[in-house]
Amino acid sequence: MTAVGLIFSNIHDNNIPELTRQRTIGSVPYGGRYRLIDFALSSMVNSGISKIGIVTHNNYQSLLDHLGNGKDWDLARRAGGIKILPPYISSFENAASNKYYSSRLEALMGTVNFFNRCKEDYVVMSDCDVICNIDLNDVIEQHIKTEADITFVTKLTTPAKHEAVTVASADENGNLVDFYDSKSVDGEHRIYINIMVVKRSYLLNILDIAIGRGYSSFKRDIIQKNIGVENYKIYDYKGCYAHIGSMEGYFDCSMRLLDRNMREQLFGIKNFPVLTKIRNSAPTRYCNGAQVTNSVVAEGCVIEGTVEDSIIFRGVHVGKGAVVKNSVLFQDTYVCPGAQLNCVITDKNVMVKDKRVLSGCENMPFYIGKNRSV
Amino acid sequence: MFKKKECVAMLLAGGQGSRLYALTTKTAKPAVPFGGKYRIIDFTLSNCINSGIDTVGVLTQYQPLVLNEYIGNGQPWDLDRANGGVSVLPPYQGKKSADWYKGTANAIYQNLQFINRYDPDYVLILSGDHIYKMDYDKMLRHHKAMGADCTIAVIDVPIEEASRFGIMSTNPDGTIYKFSEKPKNPDSTSASMGIYIFNKDKLQKYLTEDEEDEASSNDFGKNIIPKMLAAGEKMVAYPFEGYWKDVGTISSLWEANMDLIGKDPVLDLGDPDWRIFSKNQSGGPQFVARGARIENCYITDGCEIYGTVINSVLGSGVKVGHGAYVKDSVLMGDTDIAPGATVNYSILDTGVTVGAGATVGAAKEKAKGITVLGEDVCVSSGATVEDGAIISEM
Repeated sequence: MTAVGLIFSNIHDNNIPELTRQRTIGSVPYGGRYRLIDFALSSMVNSGISKIGIVTHNNYQSLLDHLGNGKDWDLARRAGGIKILPPYISSFENAASNKYYSSRLEALMGTVNFFNRCKEDYVVMSDCDVICNIDLNDVIEQHIKTEADITFVTKLTTPAKHEAVTVASADENGNLVDFYDSKSVDGEHRIYINIMVVKRSYLLNILDIAIGRGYSSFKRDIIQKNIGVENYKIYDYKGCYAHIGSMEGYFDCSMRLLDRNMREQLFGIKNFPVLTKIRNSAPTRYCNGAQVTNSVVAEGCVIEGTVEDSIIFRGVHVGKGAVVKNSVLFQDTYVCPGAQLNCVITDKNVMVKDKRVLSGCENMPFYIGKNRSV
Repeated sequence: MFKKKECVAMLLAGGQGSRLYALTTKTAKPAVPFGGKYRIIDFTLSNCINSGIDTVGVLTQYQPLVLNEYIGNGQPWDLDRANGGVSVLPPYQGKKSADWYKGTANAIYQNLQFINRYDPDYVLILSGDHIYKMDYDKMLRHHKAMGADCTIAVIDVPIEEASRFGIMSTNPDGTIYKFSEKPKNPDSTSASMGIYIFNKDKLQKYLTEDEEDEASSNDFGKNIIPKMLAAGEKMVAYPFEGYWKDVGTISSLWEANMDLIGKDPVLDLGDPDWRIFSKNQSGGPQFVARGARIENCYITDGCEIYGTVINSVLGSGVKVGHGAYVKDSVLMGDTDIAPGATVNYSILDTGVTVGAGATVGAAKEKAKGITVLGEDVCVSSGATVEDGAIISEM
């Protein structure tokens, strides 16, 4: 009970505008049965954090629907559990502008009351554009030992070309020395993975200053200004990591689940299950004539046709003679007999009618919106 | 204060299920896994909540650990309620005596206090070892419309099998005039499904009388129903049509699992209007590797398939290695089939490991019977388990 969690469900919505048209990035489906927020939530819950604030902005109906009262993450608690923190507009200050927050710092200003009521000494903050399974106790332990003000979780990795990242350079003692955004980097870099641990009293203090001085950017007005002044440390995370920065990135990250290593590091860690909303689907039925290879398939599906190198979500139906290749089919997609799909992403409840042939390509998957029928 | 409930369900879940042999050495029959991700008791509990019955007493006796833990607070079935919900009712030590449940009727008798707290008009008696989807509310409405004292759900069975059941002989209006338990020469094909609705006062009266009768074996089918008939109470049969299976034997359990697959399966668990709820595992999605072959199967989350699986039902977390071959089998979960192993016409309880190149059972066409491996049995590499063998420990 040393830490409280805070998850930003909307920051990075712009990364994949297609998928966030009707939802937050936190509620973007991933991996057959998950939503992106599940990874942040599960890491926190598995690390013993049982009070989690979730900051929302707009379009958060699907997120609320997914979270419910939090019981699927064991977060339906009398004390703590999930606290949704919708955008907050004061009737007095800023009333004229009548605008929701437009930056992380402004969003944080709206959480001051939440943090004031907490008793925990530390705060773990996480975004939803990162897929990982991390033991946060390790990070918190290091944070306490080094008496850091903020510990930034980083990963030494080689990002994909043209992937927008935040580079966090550090010296040999793990002190943060530089922190900046980049549209693309070459070769291996230490990348900030949008998870940080901060002392609650420190956070409240900087928020107080930020409000007083009218700061608007957490990165520019706080972190960059205080590098070398305050005690900012990095923590190198060694586990699996995928970052969703674009539609192409989403497609890549999905397909990485076909790699055994990735699956084992994500779903196979003992005592660190990835938890998600329970849907009570029946098991998946593979009919005679089904041919499935190299694919991830969730429950509740009926497969009568061919599926290759694909990610199939809950409740998908692949009809007789249909061929699905290199595709990601969201919940309840219905592929009628004889249809052919290649490099396609279908959103929820899409219907692909008899014998339609649809194809995108790997760096430009063909996306079909929610509830559409082709 | 307890609020009044119109109908309280009492679920008999204490049976040992001795004819399931190795599958019930550590588990009561209602907690035996079924259909990949379910347990047998999920069907009755889901039927209750889908029928609008939110107060269920579950009577346990034999090996209750797994069952108790599974039922928990009833949350998977939406039975975690402020008033009512699910209550596990084990035998207890009373002021005057301490008894195990002597029979089905005695088990209910010992829990009359539980029933009376909700002051119900009707009591629904169920058993936790059948696979079926049934709307008990329809049956209750029938009971009320007929003005019955007791309504018994019946299903039409083939005449040659009728002697295995309790058989009801009915008048054209559905009232029962004769009941015979496992008759040699059945004169009807209406078999009792072990589902009864009683008017509460009548139930209490007959249970109390039966308790005083020392010759009685305190059983609904053998004692209570015949006594009520003899006394001229209004007994009504409620005909049920649809899928219903007693999974009390190895072969019927195997068959019921197979009813989930094939062309147009007779048992559909994906029906959104009558969902069967269960406690879900948090395994990842299933993965089917390149080179794997899956034909006519029912597969749960968390499975990894590298080999061949045909005509089988797989519970969560089953791994089938490269070159392994599984056919006509039920793998209940957390099973590890190592590369090159063969499993044929078998039921493998949870946690079974089959080593590389090992052989379990024989092809269905030639096998002497279904091979059964109990919980956590480990078959070493290259070993052979003969067809028809039932192994609870190795």
